[in-house]
Amino acid sequence: MVSFLRNQKFREAVYQALVLSVVAALLVAAVMSTRASLEAQSLTTGFGFLERSTGWDFSFSVLEYSISDSYKKTMLIGLLNTLLLGFLGIFFATILGVLVGLIRTSKNKLFSSLGTVYVEIFRNVPLILQALFWYSIVSHLPKPRAAISLGDTFFLSGRGFYFPVLNIAMWSVVLMLLLVLLWLVFLPWLRNRVELPSTYRQIKRVGWLILPVLLLGIAYLARIPDTPLVNMPALKGLNFKGGMRVPPELSALIIAIGFYGGAYIGEVVRAGLMSVPRGQIEAGMVNGLKNFHIFSRVRLPLAVRAVLPSLTNQYVQLMKATTIGIVIGFSDFFFIISTSINQSGQTLELLAILMGGFLLINLSIAYVMNTINKKIALKGYEVKN
Amino acid sequence: MAATNYNIPPQISFSTKLKQNFFASPLDCLISVLCVLFFATVIYQFVDWAFLSSIWSAEDESLCRDAGGACWSVIDARHRIIFFGLFPYEEHWRSTLACVVMVATMIASCFSWFWSAFRLSFLWVLGFGSFYILMHGGVFGLSVITPERWGGLALTIFIFAAVSIIGMPLSIVLALGRRSKLPVIATLFGLFIDFFRSLPLLTILFTAAVITPFLLPGWLLGDKLYRVIAGFAIFFACYQAENIRAGLQAIPPGQDEAGKTLGLNFWQRVTRIQLPQAFRNSLPAIVNQFVITFKETSIVTIVGFFEILASGAAAYGTGKWTVHYIEVYVFIGAIYFMFVFSLSRYGAYLEKKLRVGNV
Repeated sequence: MVSFLRNQKFREAVYQALVLSVVAALLVAAVMSTRASLEAQSLTTGFGFLERSTGWDFSFSVLEYSISDSYKKTMLIGLLNTLLLGFLGIFFATILGVLVGLIRTSKNKLFSSLGTVYVEIFRNVPLILQALFWYSIVSHLPKPRAAISLGDTFFLSGRGFYFPVLNIAMWSVVLMLLLVLLWLVFLPWLRNRVELPSTYRQIKRVGWLILPVLLLGIAYLARIPDTPLVNMPALKGLNFKGGMRVPPELSALIIAIGFYGGAYIGEVVRAGLMSVPRGQIEAGMVNGLKNFHIFSRVRLPLAVRAVLPSLTNQYVQLMKATTIGIVIGFSDFFFIISTSINQSGQTLELLAILMGGFLLINLSIAYVMNTINKKIALKGYEVKN
Repeated sequence: MAATNYNIPPQISFSTKLKQNFFASPLDCLISVLCVLFFATVIYQFVDWAFLSSIWSAEDESLCRDAGGACWSVIDARHRIIFFGLFPYEEHWRSTLACVVMVATMIASCFSWFWSAFRLSFLWVLGFGSFYILMHGGVFGLSVITPERWGGLALTIFIFAAVSIIGMPLSIVLALGRRSKLPVIATLFGLFIDFFRSLPLLTILFTAAVITPFLLPGWLLGDKLYRVIAGFAIFFACYQAENIRAGLQAIPPGQDEAGKTLGLNFWQRVTRIQLPQAFRNSLPAIVNQFVITFKETSIVTIVGFFEILASGAAAYGTGKWTVHYIEVYVFIGAIYFMFVFSLSRYGAYLEKKLRVGNV
């Protein structure tokens, strides 16, 4: 018996079995207690409620919706809203971040301190406070009648930001986006398969010529009959008619996430640019490259490779940060789910959907970024961190 | 004598430095001049708004419409709400003192003299204990004030301190668990950490505050504030565990093997060899996590707590103060900035200090 206990393999197996059974027991207890309290409150479980219509309204939607839509569709709208906010926020944050990263690595101390001041201010104040701040500014802009007009085509008002759009059907927009995406994926795929670079270049040139024609053709076919091609916003009575409206909730959040994320991404970009070994740059100088070419052909490509993993991390963080939109009433995924929980009482199911949704979004970002990372990795070269 | 001079870098005169840094090329001159102009305008505008044309006292609120600058009257009139929330008026000194004690504890733990498990835990138990006694009362003749009435800066600091105290030991356990040799334990801890890290903090706080009452039996529930703190602490610990794990992985395996040959057992190796080096390796990342956590305490506003952000919104929410939202947000932003900026500067200082002699 004693020799059994002295055997390390045996002891390890016993420890693991013990831990596993304790965890299993905890899980079973949690399920039992949950079931008991659900029964005590006579709540039904299951996903049947997804087909029911919601009966409540919310502030913003990318799709057409009504209050009689089902929970399923409302949740899809919430997810799309989150994605829209996330992508726009990340888009602006990336542009700003790259700019700030470049400014901060400038040799001119005065210029680089401009970037430092920006980063320190926006990184050290909570995002939620920034969102509230921008929201109170955006929603206190003048009323539509006194809206700030930029060339009579773009209007800024407390009710939102208005800009002209094309009068075309929704399906065609999706089709056009798909077409452009397909083309952008097709190009690198083609590059690895065509033997002669000149053939590839020819195909690329023809493609870039055909693409706009195709897009214009689709736009023409998808025109909504009896309307002008461009839908301009115009003041009618107390509010604007026509055009596209970006509500203050969305624009405040985009500004907040853009500035906040820009500060973080700026730091990532700066670290990436600094991580390029001096020898690489000196090699470029020796070869007689101009300063700009040293930057665009040596420094930037190496920096991009060094930056991608931490950039992925930042993107996932920013995507998760969109949930704070609820504080100013933007109807993102989290807002929709928490309202659904209040209204329908299907707590557990909705919680599972919420977690599943975020898992899906984050894993897809990580997947896409890791694929890019693998595709552009240089064989046999590692950037020092 | 001349030989020693080779070690001294050549002296660069001030004007050369100036030229190198700001006026190296015509473009550089232009950028420098533009930057100076930009900084001058922004600083002038801000100083003018915040100090020169601003109104300071609550009685002068009527002058604010004509003064072009900030109306700090709103802070003068409502600062007690911002700092103390719904805490009883006569007991505000307790809340102030509690905040001072806690901030002193935080500052003290930045000194390396306190960096041993015993000293650090003693310091924090003492600091946190006196904070709790001051806030909650019930002993030494202090009247009892339940957590529902806590608010403002004290609540922010309380949540931050409680999350740190619970989260730090938990994070060590999680990090060690994930690095366990036993596959079942390593997988379980890994799943736990990755699950919480993949979710936004808000969903975890929301689950803890709003959803657990539906699920758990009554005797396990506790106050809403403590549930939220528990959820926050788990979230914090999962992130911190990954930082510590990175520090553990950076230790050369020879260190642990040296411990084994000296006949140290597992716990001795963990506490004397692995953890001290792991903390040293990942101290900047750990401090950075504290910085993020302090900022993220503002998220508890959404699940209905009256911490400094929510009390700020309440401060400008009524009557004649509604137009002065910018002043309130700038004020609260400055408070957060003070805490977070000093913490992050401290992190940067540590990073610099630890790099010396390590590479």
